[in-house]
Amino acid sequence: MLEITTLACERGGLRLFSDLGFALQAGGLLRVRGANGSGKTTLLRTLAGLTRPAAGQVRWRGSAIGDEYHREMLFLGHAAALKDELTVLENLEFASRISCLEISESRIKNALECLGITRLADLPARYLSQGQRKRAALARLALSSGVALWLLDEPFAALDDDAIARVSALCAAHLAAGGMLVLTSHQDIPIAAPDARSIELQG
Amino acid sequence: MLQVFSFIVRRELRLALRRKGDALNVLVFFVVVASLFPLGVGPEPNQLRAMAAGVVWIAALLAAVLSLPRLFAADYADGTLEQMLVAPQPLIVVVLAKAAAHWLLTGLPLALAAPLIGLQYDLPAGALGVLLASLLIGTPVLSLLGAAGAALTLGVRGGGALLGLLVLPLFVPVLVFGAGAVTATLIGINPSAHLSLLGAFLAVSSLIGPWAACAALRVALD
Repeated sequence: MLEITTLACERGGLRLFSDLGFALQAGGLLRVRGANGSGKTTLLRTLAGLTRPAAGQVRWRGSAIGDEYHREMLFLGHAAALKDELTVLENLEFASRISCLEISESRIKNALECLGITRLADLPARYLSQGQRKRAALARLALSSGVALWLLDEPFAALDDDAIARVSALCAAHLAAGGMLVLTSHQDIPIAAPDARSIELQG
Repeated sequence: MLQVFSFIVRRELRLALRRKGDALNVLVFFVVVASLFPLGVGPEPNQLRAMAAGVVWIAALLAAVLSLPRLFAADYADGTLEQMLVAPQPLIVVVLAKAAAHWLLTGLPLALAAPLIGLQYDLPAGALGVLLASLLIGTPVLSLLGAAGAALTLGVRGGGALLGLLVLPLFVPVLVFGAGAVTATLIGINPSAHLSLLGAFLAVSSLIGPWAACAALRVALD
């Protein structure tokens, strides 16, 4: 479904990687590994359609990525995309609205429960700790079970053991339901997957 | 699509309500700048009447330039803009909604405050009405073209000063026809020609501004 052919990416004129190719089918997990600066984030941003590749193509269901692809894709980058002035609940409501997910308040509360942050629902995001912010951002995973492809950039950074277990359980459930997942991580977090692969980017 | 538009506008207004300082600063800046001129040039009524429209309009342009760097900066810094770009709805809806909210928070209050400023310049009632009308038609242009400028200078060091250099020349037609409408009224000419041209300029900039802003945002986040 997701297909990458002879992909090459550059950052500021520096070639990060070239001739990268892989294909991901339903239930597929792809771990992207590599040293700092080897292009993991750039690869994910390219898959999300934010960065243009220097060469090669990203294809979704056989055609170049477009609006339809964005409807079936969730990208969570390093930035939590939380507004300090809004409560956790309002932040998640906004995130679902712009992703065109029709989501009720009770569903958002369930998502918060999934990440163990129910009591933070009405707190402005400004008062959250680093780990809590990350949990709030990752609560979108629980809202996006119907979204086919998840692109997660360092989802486990700044999380404690409890949160890591919760997030990897969400990922495993997504894969078991036929979803696809591409993630970058420095830690080797076990995720149960029907079809798990990894690629190593050479800096 | 209309739902997303109105949702983003309401969210921007809610955000502004929770940090009231930003919008209030712009309005106070406008009032202070426009009130400094009578103190500087002296209380000669004929002179004040002649310069009123130009001063109010220039103060409005400067206030807009003061507020524009913040249009996308916060969303850029916290990753919201990134999410808006990967979202399925067209980016132009986001840009239009943000420009609309910017006008509601800066352009509209300025326009409504302008007749009070006009009183300081001894403008007659008819001219006050035309001043209000010219600002109501003209200030959306500042938000629409300003959005393109704000997107182009996003993430640039010292972007605020650059933004001023970039957009102020684009605002010249608005200044000429906006202030011209009031001056025309003062010398007894019907201002509708000026206001129509201002409206035409609004129509053109509502096509060009958001489109350019979208392209610039995609480059800024590449």
